[in-house]
Amino acid sequence: MAKIRVVIAKPGLDGHDRGAKVIARALRDAGMEVIYTGLRQTPQQIVSAALQEDADVIGLSILSGAHNHICPEVVRLLKEAGLEDVMVVVGGIIPDLDVARLAEIGITGVFRPGTPMQAIITFINENARSRAEAI
Amino acid sequence: MKTATDETGTPKARWERETVQPALAKSPERSTSFTTISGRPIERLYTPEDLADWDPARDLSTPGEFPYTRGIHPTGYRGKLWTMRQFSGFGTPEQTNNRYKHLLAAGGTGLSVAFDLPTLMGRDPDHELSLGEVGKCGVSIASLADMETLFQGICLSDITTSMTINSPAPMIFAMYLVVAERQGADWQTISGTIQNDILKEFIAQKEYIYPPRPSMRLITDVFGFCAREVPKWNTISVSGYHIREAGATALQELAFTLRDGIEYVQYGVDAGLAVDQFVPRLSFFFNAHSDFFEELAKYRAARKIWAHVMRDRFGAKDERSWKLRFHTQTAGVSLTAQQPYNNVVRTALQALSAVLGGTQSLHTNSLDEALALPTAEAATLALRTQQIIAHESGVTNVVDPLGGSYFLERLTLDMEKGAHEYFDTIDRMGGMVEAIERGFPQREVAESAYRFQQAFERKEKVIVGVNDFVEKEHHPVPTLYIDEAAADRQIDRLRQLRRDRDNNRARRALDDIKRTAESAGNLMVPLIEATRAYATVGEMCDALREVWGEYVEVPTI
Repeated sequence: MAKIRVVIAKPGLDGHDRGAKVIARALRDAGMEVIYTGLRQTPQQIVSAALQEDADVIGLSILSGAHNHICPEVVRLLKEAGLEDVMVVVGGIIPDLDVARLAEIGITGVFRPGTPMQAIITFINENARSRAEAI
Repeated sequence: MKTATDETGTPKARWERETVQPALAKSPERSTSFTTISGRPIERLYTPEDLADWDPARDLSTPGEFPYTRGIHPTGYRGKLWTMRQFSGFGTPEQTNNRYKHLLAAGGTGLSVAFDLPTLMGRDPDHELSLGEVGKCGVSIASLADMETLFQGICLSDITTSMTINSPAPMIFAMYLVVAERQGADWQTISGTIQNDILKEFIAQKEYIYPPRPSMRLITDVFGFCAREVPKWNTISVSGYHIREAGATALQELAFTLRDGIEYVQYGVDAGLAVDQFVPRLSFFFNAHSDFFEELAKYRAARKIWAHVMRDRFGAKDERSWKLRFHTQTAGVSLTAQQPYNNVVRTALQALSAVLGGTQSLHTNSLDEALALPTAEAATLALRTQQIIAHESGVTNVVDPLGGSYFLERLTLDMEKGAHEYFDTIDRMGGMVEAIERGFPQREVAESAYRFQQAFERKEKVIVGVNDFVEKEHHPVPTLYIDEAAADRQIDRLRQLRRDRDNNRARRALDDIKRTAESAGNLMVPLIEATRAYATVGEMCDALREVWGEYVEVPTI
């Protein structure tokens, strides 16, 4: 079975990367292929990484409150690049008000503080289909 | 480990044999191993036998005396309570100015400025990277004009202000100094703190701009400038807080922070400053995490280690150089979005450990901070928590009430030993700058973060309301929501500023910053002139970016 390929990205100016690094390692330990982009990635850089890495999933770690700007842009650029089948999930501090908003624009999962890693692993395993397999 | 003592039949061995074993036969303990939140093993009981290598005269001493294990003040909090300094900032300078007035009216005794990410990263509000970030995590300060608004109606000669700013610390400090001057305050007498600690940014929080070495030069320039011009200012707050939040253990927080402190002192000395000329103005900043006794041991060990290092390694003669003064903030990372009222209790316990550990100032987190920046009500409750500890609990009546506890003194000795082992490793690498360039502290912290996450997943570490005692129903609390109006306002104001100021003067001042960066002059001087010319944070930081370039971290998992 082809491994699910995940790009973990940290967009925006924030440098708090504990969550991004922990989830990257947990997904890797769960058998996924994980590419961590590092800090301060623009939406364009993230979509380019997804294209280049043939990603099935993009995981965005956002704690700064900039999600309402960053997420729609990532989704738009994915569509533009013909990558609408790439699943986008977000982890971080997302107010209640914005969770529904993110779902509407096509963010598949929002994981807030305290979510067990296993829950995220299960979610990705159940919802992401390896593009390699689909082809 | 204890077999040798057991065979000699010490009182503790006898107790284990005659009393504990029969009790265990009837009812076993809850776990086969007990550890702190950092994973440090803890024994069942501590007795004088565990302190064979402990000399109270040498290791404990008395309050206000070397090595200050029991505190730097002879009278503890019987003289002066700690400063209740609530970290705060959001939206526009006007909004934050209102919050400061509210906190001061509620009995807060110091100010602490939280800046937004564009300011922290040296970007103006209209920069493309600032999109969506203006005023979100703190207040947006782009120029002297914003700084004047921030402190409108607050007398800077009467209050001390702490500013959490690192890469652009000299620029923001320059703005503060000019505002103080315009209010008629004397630089020789004003006091406060700038965080100005770049090493922990490379290790943990990652809000760096320039590469490590020019970043260190900015810091020693501040040391030199303040020694002459602003002698009561705390020129740096060497911070373990962020290292801990990034996942470090208590020991790693202690060791990396103090080793950072040593690095700054060494760079200051190498820049030609005399130790006793600048070290008394160094301050520290620790995290108050949830494991009560481990935290207490951390604060006590920190004071003791610093006193020895300053006296013995650097030959400091002035007692003020030996005394480690610190601010504490309760652990943001311990706050939970689930059952947020539980956070009030967590914060109270953490704050108590900071107080019993002898902190000089304290910030208590608000119950809603796993969700958003705090509301005024939540921030007030956090301040009240400190006031209750100070005025109702009775712990402030006596100096270092837990000193002499077998358990605490053992932990303190162990912390000290562990920190020295880390110092040796880092010294062998050539120093902290070299260790950071090799990614050593970064890897150590990431490893600890992952290990804690695994312990949490396995429920070896319980977080109430998250992996145990979970409630299905979600009870939302009111939260502060920062909309885009603050960003629009700040961008409009910046455009107006660029129209109204003398742009030639600003340009000349920015050129002077570049020239000074290329030579050996003190950068505070041209930065203050650029501030007076209303050059922006982004413009001043860009001037130095042109000379020094930007630091890019190699991403590793």
